[in-house]
Amino acid sequence: MDDLALAARGGERVTGEVAVLGAGMHPWGKWGRGFVEYGVVAARAALADAGVDWRSVGSVVGADTVRGGYPGYVAGATFARALGWQGARVSSVYAACASGAQAISTARTQILAGMADVVLVVGADAAPKGFFRPAGGDRPDDPDWLRFRVLGATNPAYFGLYARRRMAVHGDTLEDFAQVKVKNAASGALNEYARYRKPVTADEVAASAVVADPLRLLDICATSDGAAALVLSSMEFARRHGAPDPVRVRAVSTVTPTYPNTVLDLPDIATDSAAAVAPAGRTFRASIARAAYEEAGIGPEDVSLAEVYDLSTALELQWYEDLGLCGEGEGAKLLHDGATAPGGRVPVNSSGGLASFGEAVPAQAIAQVCELTWQLRGAAGARQVSGARVGVTANQGLFGHGSSVIAVR
Amino acid sequence: MSRTRTPVVANWFTGEGEGFRLLGTRCSACAAVFFPREDVHCRNPGCGGGDLAEAPLSRRGLVWSYTDGRYRPPEPYVSDPELPWRPYTLIAVELEAERMVVLGQAAPGVHVDDLEVGMEVEVVPGVLHEDGETTWTTWHWRPVGASA
Ligand SMILES: [Zn+2]
Repeated sequence: MDDLALAARGGERVTGEVAVLGAGMHPWGKWGRGFVEYGVVAARAALADAGVDWRSVGSVVGADTVRGGYPGYVAGATFARALGWQGARVSSVYAACASGAQAISTARTQILAGMADVVLVVGADAAPKGFFRPAGGDRPDDPDWLRFRVLGATNPAYFGLYARRRMAVHGDTLEDFAQVKVKNAASGALNEYARYRKPVTADEVAASAVVADPLRLLDICATSDGAAALVLSSMEFARRHGAPDPVRVRAVSTVTPTYPNTVLDLPDIATDSAAAVAPAGRTFRASIARAAYEEAGIGPEDVSLAEVYDLSTALELQWYEDLGLCGEGEGAKLLHDGATAPGGRVPVNSSGGLASFGEAVPAQAIAQVCELTWQLRGAAGARQVSGARVGVTANQGLFGHGSSVIAVR
Repeated sequence: MSRTRTPVVANWFTGEGEGFRLLGTRCSACAAVFFPREDVHCRNPGCGGGDLAEAPLSRRGLVWSYTDGRYRPPEPYVSDPELPWRPYTLIAVELEAERMVVLGQAAPGVHVDDLEVGMEVEVVPGVLHEDGETTWTTWHWRPVGASA
């Protein structure tokens, strides 16, 4: 769809756009250093990409990490200090896996409210080895503590439950799941910021150890160190800055679930009961995308590419359906038709996805928007999606968090 | 020395044998059911708030999904690092009357190969782990008809 068509369908919302002036990342990996160092590398890269002096940034928004002690809880100030105090307004946000998207949302809100012309958004993490675990202490009022104490239910356990459910309800197979990994690993091999840069075969997925039946090690995303940053500005600032046609963020969805939430979400031991109140027509995940489409004034048919949260291979197929790229239960067919592969109708996870990055929680949703930015600029090199005009991200995290960002050019 | 039997979480389940039940709560104003129990505030956004009374959940339900843990989970899950890890099975069970899905470990000896989505299971008393003075009790799901 061309710009005119976009303007016609979302005309009243064009004033709601902010410009992406710069994007930057620190490569994902296990580097053994602190999150501040990674964040500053990403921030400096985004500022350089934008051609913006740090001292002219009016606001800095940090996506928090819970693994870095106090500096992690005040990430915005931590990054501002490391870059050199210059008086900017500061915010720090935490929203589990959606932290990065909420940081983008905060920046966008400040720009649209006229509180800042240029905002720096940064998320960085230094991940532990192995499973994520809850905070310490005896805390029986914390669902995240309870699911480990009572059930030993790790994050992959939930991914295993979702995958088995898809196999039973939609007929998905282990081979379908493996093909998601094969696709994403091929793209990740082309991405200099990805942690895993080797192509993977379906046989290698099948031969990897089962972690949480039916999922294998190569079906499940790792936890990584990494950082991503964006420089966002008002459209007016972008024009004055010599960027008349920047990538624009058109929608940021950060909706919560609707009671009763009938899909078992991390870290819960049970769903809400639907006995007293009938559930909404669509699931929480689907409502996240729906809100973004409505805000942007577009539909799934307009999307050129998507970056989705493939915490597991099976979850990527779920996102195809929740984003409306295909009907319910048709995710595996969409994959096998090649629609979501490079060169397909709507390539998904051209970055390589979490399969190739591993999760660096507060950075991940920002990294998704970095990939959209490079793709929409036509600057994604060997990964380039030809003719990319509209990109969408999708993400979900613990405690009722999720996000979807739509960017256009 | 005999150990004291203590529930891993107080007031989440009660009873023995056939009389074993998970305990939720029900709102007197809107009839919403909660597990884990809500004892102070009803979470139905359309409810003005009522008294929350203890309500035993259905004993039986249908398997919504299942998985297992092939690797030792981190603390606060308790396991003996000196012993080899023995995978356990997790079952998510759909309760028809309550219209909700409740997760639990499977009874010992129940493996993923023994399960199918839609299979009928029942809640039974179980042991999570034991230490010097205490047997920590929990609930388990077990296929109906399987022997204890
Ligand atoms: Zn109520």
